[in-house]
Order: sequence, then structure tokens, then C-alpha cells
Amino acid sequence: MDTLPAEAGLLDQRRLEVVKKQRKQDFIFHKLTLGFSLIVLVSLVGIILSLAVVAWPSFQKFGVEFLWRVEWDIINEEFGAAIAIFGTLTSAAIAVLIAVPLSFGIALFLTETCPVWLRRPLGTAIELLAAVPSIIYGMFGLFIFAPLFAEYGQPALQSTLGQMPLIGPLFGGATNGIGILAAGLVLAFMILPFIAAVMRDVFEIVPPILRESAYGVGCTTWEVVRFIVLPYTQQGVIGGIMLGLGRALGETMAVTFVIGNSQRIGTSLFSPGSSIASTLANEFGEAADFHLSTLFALGLLLFLITFVVLAFAKILILRTERAKGLKT
Amino acid sequence: MDQKLYRKRVRTNRIGLTLSMMAMALGLFVLLWILSVLFINGFAALDWNMFTQSTPAPGTEGGGLANAIVGSLLMVGFATLVSTPIGILAGVYLAEYGDQSKTAEVTRFVTDIMLSAPSIVLGLFVYAILVAQVKHFSGWAGMIALSLIAIPVVLRTTENMLRLVPGSLREAAFALGAPRWKVATMVTLRAAKSGVVTGLLLAIARISGETAPLLFTALNNQFFSMNMNAPMSNLPVVIFQFAMSPYENWVRLAWGGALLITLSVLVLNIIARVFFRDKTVKS
Repeated sequence: MDTLPAEAGLLDQRRLEVVKKQRKQDFIFHKLTLGFSLIVLVSLVGIILSLAVVAWPSFQKFGVEFLWRVEWDIINEEFGAAIAIFGTLTSAAIAVLIAVPLSFGIALFLTETCPVWLRRPLGTAIELLAAVPSIIYGMFGLFIFAPLFAEYGQPALQSTLGQMPLIGPLFGGATNGIGILAAGLVLAFMILPFIAAVMRDVFEIVPPILRESAYGVGCTTWEVVRFIVLPYTQQGVIGGIMLGLGRALGETMAVTFVIGNSQRIGTSLFSPGSSIASTLANEFGEAADFHLSTLFALGLLLFLITFVVLAFAKILILRTERAKGLKT
Repeated sequence: MDQKLYRKRVRTNRIGLTLSMMAMALGLFVLLWILSVLFINGFAALDWNMFTQSTPAPGTEGGGLANAIVGSLLMVGFATLVSTPIGILAGVYLAEYGDQSKTAEVTRFVTDIMLSAPSIVLGLFVYAILVAQVKHFSGWAGMIALSLIAIPVVLRTTENMLRLVPGSLREAAFALGAPRWKVATMVTLRAAKSGVVTGLLLAIARISGETAPLLFTALNNQFFSMNMNAPMSNLPVVIFQFAMSPYENWVRLAWGGALLITLSVLVLNIIARVFFRDKTVKS
């Protein structure tokens, strides 16, 4: 009988040791996983710092003026970012203009009209469009799309939109298939799956009761989507569009193949241009010293632009998803 | 009057839905078009030499992609080895400890942005911190750039999958007196295994097709080399250089390489999806 308290004490002692050991292990595990998750943050800071350091000489020489200088003279080392920024923004804007209505149509089809058994395979097919590597889009754009576009697309545009006042000159010039418009078109199909996926996901967040009430008072499918689903998911939809825009701005290979890679700003959308990413991909190999520093300055600009756009997108999408938790 | 309004509404509805169906059809058409072009041109270029010979010099006949295939496999393989533990453990942190912590919230946000950030900038980053310092391009540099792209993918899918594991499972383990690390690694991570593997496959698929970051890091190598400390040939960069070249056999090889990459990326994607669906249906 008298051994029991002692044994219990021993047990407690042992338990205490086990608990202490586990505490230590837990502490290590916590710090270890924390450390790994910090790698992402460290790389973000590292990217901005390292790019800024290499780009410093270029920023020092040109100052803020760098942003709107329309010059790209490698021999005399006179650089400005305006040409590349112009190409980046216009090609991305064209891509978004084309991709948004198409993605909306696809998301609408997948959530409202598509028979349930077809939703999964069709959704997967659209997702596979996102999985195709960008260099494949580039090759496809250069070898298949550009010749067809030069022969049929561009003349058709020239004889219709090109005849209109004001916007006519945008569709003038030589029709050789490659250029800013072609880059925008190829980009449109690259970002389409991303926008469509976000739209589909936020459309599905709409509480069924809202949707069914609308159908119950006699709305057509189109009216349900237009007046119930879209207003409810507005922020998420805009977020999806911004996400696509972010992708389009930073896309390299697809654009490099079809944009024409010329360092000037043309008056026509048919004329060749260059984007920040395509300039980097084309000139990096031959660049040295100051030229290289300028390319890094371009890279930093690109990163900052896309970062802001993507952050904005993320905030909007998060808000929509939070609303789901609050309102249902 | 009412009839008129009704007809107008029905018409709008019909037009809207028809347009949406056409958008879907266009999306599918583009996918099929790209794939069919790739298959026709790619299979025409495919032969045994592609796997046994190295990339040809300018103006010489024949040649293959053996060096590029091996280089791609090596870099993607190492990048997977590096990014898997990092991504999974970081995902465990976000899912198991990340509910109240501000750091976790910021990490999650930044990770989501890095998922879509321009990959070419990651190439510049690795160039600045590694290539410019040791003064030569290398397979290791390429591997690091690819890992930086893969980590956010693995991290986010791991976290999402861990969050799907029911809390009662964790509580049951805690009630048995299991320490936190054991619960995380032996209970939740195991329960979410298929989802985590899916994330890994998607990450591999993603980095297999990446071109831009490799341009500034691994560059290219005309010869067969397994030295990770030297410039290394890889399929995406070879395709980029060959597709834009005037030589007919180079362009042909570019199509062959494009087919190889796309096939492996699509197969990985499909396996990931099927694998995940089967496992989730069962549990």
C-alpha cells in the first residue's frame, strides 16, 4: 500500500519529462515551420532590394524622367521606359477587353446553363487552357495565328474599323500579323482561364436562396445573372479581372514571340512594339553594365506594377469570400 | 403590352445565353486548335534521334534534344526536391498556427501574389544574387529560380488541403495527448496526403513549362552536360531559341520539344485531378 504514492510520484516525474520533451519538440517544430513560411516574405523583400541595387545606376542617371522618356538607344546609353511601358499596358489592356466578356460567358455557362454532368469536364478543359505553358502560346501565335491574322483578320479590321473616324488610324499600316494587337489577342486567351475560374468560383458563392427567390418571382436566367449574381459578386469579379490583368502585364514568352520587338511607339495597333518583359527576354543576353542596370530598372518597374495590381485583385476577391461567411 | 415586355425579356435571355455558349465553344475550340497544331507538328518532328542526340550547331543537319531533356529533368527534379519540404512545412505553419498570427496573414497574402507574379522577375532576382556574384550561369541558379516559383504553389495547396481536415480529427489526437508536431505531421498531413500530392504535381507541371526565369539563370548549353554548376540546356529555352531561328531543323526540333513539354504538363495536370478526385470520393 505504501508503495503507491511513491510510484505515482515516479509516474508524474516521468510524465513531466515527456511533457517537457514534447514542449521542446513543439517549440522547434513551430519555429521550423515559421522559418520556412518566412522564406516567401524574405524572397519578396530580396527581389525588391536586389533589383533596386542593380538598377540604381540607371535610376540615378535618369531619375523619375525614366518613366516617360521615349528613347531606347543602346549605343549611346540613352534609355527611357515609356516605349516598354506603353507596349505592356496596351497589350494587356487589349487582352483584358477581349478576355473579360468571354470569361463572363464561360462562367455563366458553367454555373447556370451547363448540364451538371458536363460541368466538371468542361471546367477542366478550360483549366487545361491555363496549364498550357506560355511558350506554347508564343509558338502558336507566331507560326499559326500571325499568318492567318495577317491574311484575314487584319484586312477585315482595316476595311471595317479602319474606315471609321478617330479610331481608324489605330488599324492602319502594314498587315504582317505580328504587333501589339496580335500580342493582346494571344494574351487574351492566356488569361481567359484565370478570369473565368475566379468568376465561376465567386458565382458559386451566391447563396442558392437568393438565386432561387429570383427565379421564383419569374426572372429569366439572364436577369438572375445580371441583377442578382453580378451585383452580389461584383468585387470578386473585378478581382478576377485584375488577376488576369496582372498575369497579362507580366507575361513574357507569349508576348515576345508576337509583339514584333521594336523599340518605338507606333500609331497603329498593327505596328510592332515591345513590352517590359519582351525587352528583358530579348536584350538580356547581350546587355552589359549600364544597359543591364537599365533592364533591371525595367524589371523592378514591372514587378511593382504587377504587385499593386495583384494585391488589389487579392483584396477584392478576399472581401467577396468573406461576405460569403457573413451573409449566408 | 405585357406580352411585348415578356417577349423582349425572353429575347434578351436567349441572346445572352447563346453568347455565353459561344464563348464556351470558342474557349474549347482554342484549346483543341492549339493541341491539334501541336500534335501534328510535334509528332512529325518526333523521332528516336530526338532522345539520343544533342542539340545541333547552327547550320548542321539532324540533331536532337537529349541534352535539353536531361537538363530540364535535372533542374525540375532538384527544384521539386527543394520546394517540397519547404512548401509543405510552410503550409503546415499557415494551417496549424496561422489563425491568429499577423505574420501568417501577411505570408498568405504575399504567397497569393507570388503565385501570379511575373516569373521573369524571379529570373532577374536569381541572376542578381547568384549568377552575377559567381559570374557564370548554372543549373543550380535555374533550379533556385524554379523552386521560388514552385514553393508558393505547394504552400497554398498544402494549406488549403490541411484546412479541409475536420477539426475533430485534430481534437481526437490532442485528447490522446499527442504533441502538436505529431498531430500536424502524423494526423492532419496524413489525412490531407492526396491533396498535398496534387499540389506537388501541379507545381511540377507549372515549373516544367517555365521559360523566362531560366533565360537569366541556366541559360543554355549546346552540349550534353550533367554538371549543375555550369550553364545547362533545358527544353523551354531551347524551344525559344530554335523557334525564332532561320534553320529548318531547329524549328522542327522546337515543335518536337513543345510537344514533349505540353504532353508532360497536361498529363501531370490530368493525373493530379483524377488522383485527387478518387481519393476525396473515397474518404
